[in-house]
Amino acid sequence: MSTPAERPLLAVESLQVGIRSARGTFLAIEEVGFALDEGEVLGLVGESGCGKSITALAVMGLLPQPVARITAGQVWFDGTDLAALTNEQMRHMRGDRLGMIFQEPMTSLNPVYRVGDQLVEALREHRPLGRGEAWREAVAMLDMVGIPAARDRASSYPHELSGGMRQRVMIAMALICRPKLLIADEPTTALDVSTQAQILDLLLSLKRELGMAILMITHDLGVVAEVADRVAVMYAGRIVETADVFELFRAPRHPYTDALLRSIPRLDSELDRLVTIEGTVASPLERPSGCSFRDRCPRARPRCAEAVPPLGELAPGHRARCYFPVEAPAPQAERV
Amino acid sequence: MSAVREFLVPFGQRKVAAFGLAFLVLVLVAALLAPWIAPYDPQQIDAIDRLAPPSAEHWFGTDHAGRDLFSRVIYGARMALLTGAGVVAIALIFGVLLGTLSAYFPTLGMVLMRIVDVLMGVPALLLALALVVILGKGLFNSMIAVGAIYVTTTARITYGLTRKIAAETYIEAVTSLGAGHWRIIRRHILPNLLSPLMVQATFIFAFAQLSAASLDFLGLGLPPDVPSWGNMIAETTRYITRAPGLLMFPGAAIILTVFSLNLVGDVLRDRLDPRFKDDLAK
Amino acid sequence: MGIYVLKRLLGAIPTLVIASLLVFAFIHLIPGDPASVMLGDMADAEDIAALRTELGLDRPIWEQYLLWVSHVLQGDLGSSIYFQEPVLRVIGEGAETSAFLALFTMILIIAIGLPAGIVAASFHGTRIDQSLSGLTMLFASIPTFWLGLYLIFTIAVRLNLLPTSGFPSVLESGNLANFRYLILPAITLSAPNSALVIRLVRAGMLDVMREDYVRTARAKGIAEHAVILRHVFRNALIGVVATLGFTFVGLVSEAVVTETVFALPGIGRLVVQSILRRDYPVIQGIILVVIVFYILVNLVVDIVTTWLDPRVKLQ
Repeated sequence: MSTPAERPLLAVESLQVGIRSARGTFLAIEEVGFALDEGEVLGLVGESGCGKSITALAVMGLLPQPVARITAGQVWFDGTDLAALTNEQMRHMRGDRLGMIFQEPMTSLNPVYRVGDQLVEALREHRPLGRGEAWREAVAMLDMVGIPAARDRASSYPHELSGGMRQRVMIAMALICRPKLLIADEPTTALDVSTQAQILDLLLSLKRELGMAILMITHDLGVVAEVADRVAVMYAGRIVETADVFELFRAPRHPYTDALLRSIPRLDSELDRLVTIEGTVASPLERPSGCSFRDRCPRARPRCAEAVPPLGELAPGHRARCYFPVEAPAPQAERV
Repeated sequence: MSAVREFLVPFGQRKVAAFGLAFLVLVLVAALLAPWIAPYDPQQIDAIDRLAPPSAEHWFGTDHAGRDLFSRVIYGARMALLTGAGVVAIALIFGVLLGTLSAYFPTLGMVLMRIVDVLMGVPALLLALALVVILGKGLFNSMIAVGAIYVTTTARITYGLTRKIAAETYIEAVTSLGAGHWRIIRRHILPNLLSPLMVQATFIFAFAQLSAASLDFLGLGLPPDVPSWGNMIAETTRYITRAPGLLMFPGAAIILTVFSLNLVGDVLRDRLDPRFKDDLAK
Repeated sequence: MGIYVLKRLLGAIPTLVIASLLVFAFIHLIPGDPASVMLGDMADAEDIAALRTELGLDRPIWEQYLLWVSHVLQGDLGSSIYFQEPVLRVIGEGAETSAFLALFTMILIIAIGLPAGIVAASFHGTRIDQSLSGLTMLFASIPTFWLGLYLIFTIAVRLNLLPTSGFPSVLESGNLANFRYLILPAITLSAPNSALVIRLVRAGMLDVMREDYVRTARAKGIAEHAVILRHVFRNALIGVVATLGFTFVGLVSEAVVTETVFALPGIGRLVVQSILRRDYPVIQGIILVVIVFYILVNLVVDIVTTWLDPRVKLQ
């Protein structure tokens, strides 16, 4: 029996989610596995449609049943397999032990209730508190997420707040029961750049203060560079690379990650044209055999079509799902 | 030919809807071939064999004047289809005209739509009754009266849709390329109106049956001797305890026809759904 | 809120004006000379001439309109040919029946329609939802006059449980048992309307269920029934209120047939009888009253919607 300090807070293993659509059943994500330690930030990166949001929803038990469900795998959270829990059991964990915030702050709050009431609802669902006490807690939480004049603001309605404020409210709501894990699904995508930075800073400081882990889902490598400790890259429903964040940026091994990093224009480079990745992501119903990236991969060889490459450990803590990974550059001398 | 097959596909998926379509075909056949299908003359009185229960001779039995109920129900299909078609025609023609005109001449349109709004506030049957007062009774007046109810809803829908389409950027593009008003209406607006109007037409046809039958029942629609389903029920209220078939057979005819039309309308609406969900009739 | 109500009342005035114009036009569209039409077939030339002068029929039409409006605002809607009484009083006598009928029908509609709509939405896509969908469509296809007759035939006559016609006044007699005369009519009237309400409530709920904040509520770990009621229904309520308002007004229409079938002394039956009797003043009066009623109901719906939805700004 591993002690809490030794085992990861969240360990997803071979997770598979099936979706029933008008055109048939398909797997949205397959063999997805990653781990997250207490207090760690894991960035889950990928372009839209790669399955990162589905993964998050699967962990939270929020898949839109019966259309989508976990068809295989385990989600170990603090010793419990969430995938094996009943809906009712999972519900008790949601909002209490794990929290989630979403991409669209403008529409993610109920318009007919005051902000404070919505926080109180989240709190009283899991804690036996009186209304007065709960309201005070809510105000304190709003203060903690950096909302000025929290006591007055708590009586506001969502439409009276800006996008950035609403996102802070969402964060407050997700964290009010002090969960150990916060899943953040593209929390800054819908915000302007300066607000983005504020929210990310807020998340990091809350992480320190509350001692929680964050699963940060994003398509923006910049966000990953800012906040993540470790990164997992997803493509077409599978994890294709996991590594420490510095390692990933310094030495990407999977061709997809490599291409992604190359495609980010840098101010100090001279380019005539932007670097792109050829082709488009195949729809989940038409994934090629073997490695799903091989149609777009400059390094593809016949072997890639035979079978899906396993997620192999190329260096300690660094895995990639490729038969012919990109060569690692020589370790750089420390820059002074 | 493939258009027909495309049309029939969703009916294969839903059995109830298929039943509805089949029933409508039945009604259509009955209406068209009435003189040849009906075993008796619907007006033929038989003083002896009155209020008879269903039998081999009279499948639905006879009414209080000894007339064969089955034949009368078949002829009733004629009136139902005729009335329905008339109402739909009036509602669509005038409704679309009113709606597109209002959309095209904004100031006039606003006034017209205000008037339409007030008219829509008058409950359906009451509006029809008001028109019956002005126009009098009879088949055509009935059609106009009931048609007027749906002219308002059709006009509103057309107005909304036309404005929405006209506001879309591709209209701007086409106009800046020099296309004239009529061309725009013909090639861009009308085709987009076709699908929602088709669905509207089906539902109008359905509810027109109920409105028309109600008018008949009140004695304010078709002349009493005409064999419409509403009239048949109206004539026989005194006798239904003795011969329940008098209520049940014409009643079932109305209910099943309206139900089938609603089913078909639903299927049509689902096919065209994504774009027009918000604008369609209830 | 008070200022809002005032503003809405003012905003209703143009609608009232249009309504009055329509009703006035209606009077003049009736074939025949309005005066002789109003006095009926029995009147002689002298009376007709006198009425013509009184109504100002020899004056320009806009003057006639203003004259008519001033009469209306004083509560004078003309005189019933058949009853030889002021129209407003005639209508008033039927008001008790129609009002109670409408009230009971609405109670039934709300009691059946709302829960059924919520259930259908909660279980959408399942057998329950589909069968409910089919049932509601079937009930919406039943003509009220048929249903009324059917109920009379089965329940009242065969089983002799409930009265089938008439409605002795409750307000006059104070006898609450008289309400049982309204049971069958209310059931008849509520059937097709409930079906409609169920469909609209279901649709409204489904729309709200797609919203992001419902997902947020689930993410907080709220129990599903609380999500449905506190989050989904509370937001769908805004649309539901509008639906109920419009259903309420529509009852007036259907009541015409129901009151006729059950021989209830209400405004609905009055309309039909007046048409058959050519009592035009009464018909006009009823149409005007109904339109005003519709405008009032709209106003109430607006106010309730504003109260329910904090996003609507009270200016």
